[in-house]
Amino acid sequence: MNVPEEFKYTKEHEWLKAEEGLATIGITDYAQSELGDIVFVELPQVGDAVSQGEPFGTIEAVKTVADLFSPVSGEVSELNPKIEEDPAVMNKDPYGEGWMMKIKMSEASQADSLLSPTDYRALIEKTE
Amino acid sequence: MTEKLIFELSSPGRKGYSLPQLDCPPKGVEKILPKEFLRENRAELPEVSENDCVRHFTRLSVLNHHIDKGFYPLGSCTMKYNPKLNEQLARLPGFAELHPLQSEEQVQGALELMYHLGEYLSEIAGMDKVTLQPAAGAHGELTALLMIRTYHKKNGNPRSKVVIPDSAHGTNPASVSLAGYRTVQIRSNEQGLIDLWELEKNMDEEVAAFMLTNPNTLGLFETNILKVAEIVHSVGAKFYMDGANLNALLGYASPGEMGFDIVHFNFHKTFSTPHGGGGPGGGALGVKEEMVPFLPVPTVEKREDRGEFHLDYERPDSIGKVHSFYGHFGVMVRAFAYIRSLGGEGLREVAKNAIINANYLKEPLKEFYDLPYDATCMHEFVLSGNRQKSLGVRTLDIAKRLLDYGFHAPTIYFPLIVPEALMIEPTESESKEILDAFIEAMKKIAEETKTNPEIVKSAPQQTPVGRLDEAKAAKELNVRWSKQRF
Repeated sequence: MNVPEEFKYTKEHEWLKAEEGLATIGITDYAQSELGDIVFVELPQVGDAVSQGEPFGTIEAVKTVADLFSPVSGEVSELNPKIEEDPAVMNKDPYGEGWMMKIKMSEASQADSLLSPTDYRALIEKTE
Repeated sequence: MTEKLIFELSSPGRKGYSLPQLDCPPKGVEKILPKEFLRENRAELPEVSENDCVRHFTRLSVLNHHIDKGFYPLGSCTMKYNPKLNEQLARLPGFAELHPLQSEEQVQGALELMYHLGEYLSEIAGMDKVTLQPAAGAHGELTALLMIRTYHKKNGNPRSKVVIPDSAHGTNPASVSLAGYRTVQIRSNEQGLIDLWELEKNMDEEVAAFMLTNPNTLGLFETNILKVAEIVHSVGAKFYMDGANLNALLGYASPGEMGFDIVHFNFHKTFSTPHGGGGPGGGALGVKEEMVPFLPVPTVEKREDRGEFHLDYERPDSIGKVHSFYGHFGVMVRAFAYIRSLGGEGLREVAKNAIINANYLKEPLKEFYDLPYDATCMHEFVLSGNRQKSLGVRTLDIAKRLLDYGFHAPTIYFPLIVPEALMIEPTESESKEILDAFIEAMKKIAEETKTNPEIVKSAPQQTPVGRLDEAKAAKELNVRWSKQRF
């Protein structure tokens, strides 16, 4: 399972990349493979507030619907327009073209508290 | 596809009816209907003879899998056989041809049936009164939560949240949201049961209710049920039972005795009325005394002095109506017939055989598949396809392969706390021969995942259509036929 070194991770199988107070988030390769074909993603709107650990949207795959939990607190600053057109992009390229949205973090230190690639790899191996 | 669409069978001018000669002057449709309701183009309806039509739909019914054709172990859905006697009785003209606007004195028989059905259900569930209105299970949940909200409001605070376990049916949190509450989910313990400590930690005066399925969605009986009820009631919350799995309790244990305040019944599961294909179902609700004033209107009542039945709308604390007229009456006739034909002893046999059949399947199958919660089960059990996943075969593939062996697949990927879940519910209506054949098929598939995984991953091969693109079907569903497309 692909777990790139440059990201941080959550127990809920999301990844986060922080650059100067701006976090880009998406779902992990493990998440997309567990969900199977993704058919619909419900995201908040630009300007909405999200809080760490709280649900902000839902992701619908052929076999199940799951909540999406925000890895950090802040304000939604950008959504990936490709996801609405073709959610399957999250299956094909979860860490690249399939990113979900960007959050202007209200507490940049929250990003540091997330799982390291090593910890996340250990988590999914335990679940396997 | 082995069967053409009925549109493709169409031949211009062919028809399946003959009308008598018109005995009045003809009047164009444009003189009868306002212009905005008239089509601009002719409807492209199929033109076929009566036997073309009958044969087409008969062939389709044979291509489809259904309970009259084969085993249907769809966990949590209780796909038991529906005796044809129930159908016959529901079709009696005295029931089938009633109009809901007929006066009470003309429909005494129907009201009597509804009244007694309510009494039987109350007895089965250990409740004080029943409403038959809700259309199906989730509607029953919503009705109950609206009643609970009204109850708390009357006591000064409607409260703000509802607690559910992580093994709950997806309809539970959906109903909670629809009723204006916030869902709080608690983790199950290692045995797959309610963790009393987790429950206690999450109960406070803002909790309106705790919703629980018993036996739970792992098919396990909540052994601490009385303690759970005590914890729920200690903060003044109501205890709701999702009755999806009531089949396992009939005649042995009642939700009332377990401390539940409200329970829903699924007529289309436990009480053997047809299930699937979009309904109609039935989601009657039984409640304890304290909740009776909040039941939807009307209730069916009996005037003891005259032995007459009537509908009571004079209920000031009622939440109002939750269904047009009185709910799905035809389904009530079937449930009534089922209860009356089995009787108390027969209903006990239902629960007993449902439990025996599930354990009969579980024991040999746990050798070939993982059984994460290994305990004596009630009417169903949940295997995990984890062992097969490590060989590159997913639970979805196993489910598809079962179709090749002539069985409907179990419920898959639910409950969410079991990875690669296969939820199997044989019901009481299957013989030992059928159960043995299912065990054999499951064993063969486990073997195939080792020796010939490709055949499992490309299944089904024997069905009228192979594996469908489910993502495309969900996103670009197109059910409108157009001549131009062919």
